[in-house]
Amino acid sequence: MMDIQVMEDILHQNDVVAQENRKLFRENKILAINLLGSPGCGKTTLLENILSQLKDEYQIAVIEGDLFTDKDADRIKKHNILVKQINTHGGCHLDALMVKAALSEMEAKKLDLIIIENVGNLVCPAEFDVGEDFKITALSITEGDDKPLKYPIIFKESEVAILNKIDILPFTNFSVENATEDLLTLHPKLKIFNTVATKYDDEGVQDLIAFIKGKIKEKREI
Amino acid sequence: MAAFFKYMHEMALAKGILDIVHSYTKGKDVTKVTEITVLVGDMTGVVWDSLVFSFKNIAKNTIAEDALLVEKRLPLIIRCRNCNHQKEVTDYKFICEKCASSQIEIISGRELRVESMEVL
Repeated sequence: MMDIQVMEDILHQNDVVAQENRKLFRENKILAINLLGSPGCGKTTLLENILSQLKDEYQIAVIEGDLFTDKDADRIKKHNILVKQINTHGGCHLDALMVKAALSEMEAKKLDLIIIENVGNLVCPAEFDVGEDFKITALSITEGDDKPLKYPIIFKESEVAILNKIDILPFTNFSVENATEDLLTLHPKLKIFNTVATKYDDEGVQDLIAFIKGKIKEKREI
Repeated sequence: MAAFFKYMHEMALAKGILDIVHSYTKGKDVTKVTEITVLVGDMTGVVWDSLVFSFKNIAKNTIAEDALLVEKRLPLIIRCRNCNHQKEVTDYKFICEKCASSQIEIISGRELRVESMEVL
């Protein structure tokens, strides 16, 4: 009988590849965003809204994570945006190697912004670094204001939280005040945008777009 | 497409553990791995029973197929960068209870790590 001391992170292999992706983003001055949230919270709708308002100014690519279908990728393609579909075939999250494979099919040099829309899930994707600059997690009003503390890891790991479908607030018992307070005790520096992702001139969407533009500029100057 | 990690993420973690087992026993005179101790922080999204189940499946016909997975939990501990106050967090409040600073660092509680293995 012998003891072997190990002390190695279980996701070490994923993290190594995530760092390779991060290096590629840095060398090509690309801002990479990992977009997360439950199924149906409005990730793709928000993405379409943002893309249509940024595509004239920036070169953008999207990586779409989905269990089985190309439905979201088809929606993005309609905006004439480069999109790579990753089907996880039952897998609950994207990992760094899947993103690396999608990146290898792109001409990174030309890009300013890559948005990776993860599989709809508030649990698993939180543990997997794919090399992004930051995570945005969207939460929609109908999911309930108790969700930040029920899924603390994903909000703790995110730089931005979106409270989406804010226009249906009067028909629900969701308290923006409670959700915001919980989000900020969990992550005091979290940026929170209240949005209506279906509206182009929505104030929250406009603020989010301005935030992303600022981040693209920062990344270019590094 | 190649992928390290598939299906529920506990399966991905089980695969990660098995990869570590292989890399630490390769080239060594090891016939069997009997025990694997895993550090699991309190702020990680792992269902332990699901991880054990996944590992049992994935480790079939390997030197680790009969290995017992031992869970060692680590509490979520934060430290205030402003006043150095340390405390265990159970309510996910990342604001210092002493000085109300939000300059908080996590000292432990996010680990998913193989600590050690017992081998024959």
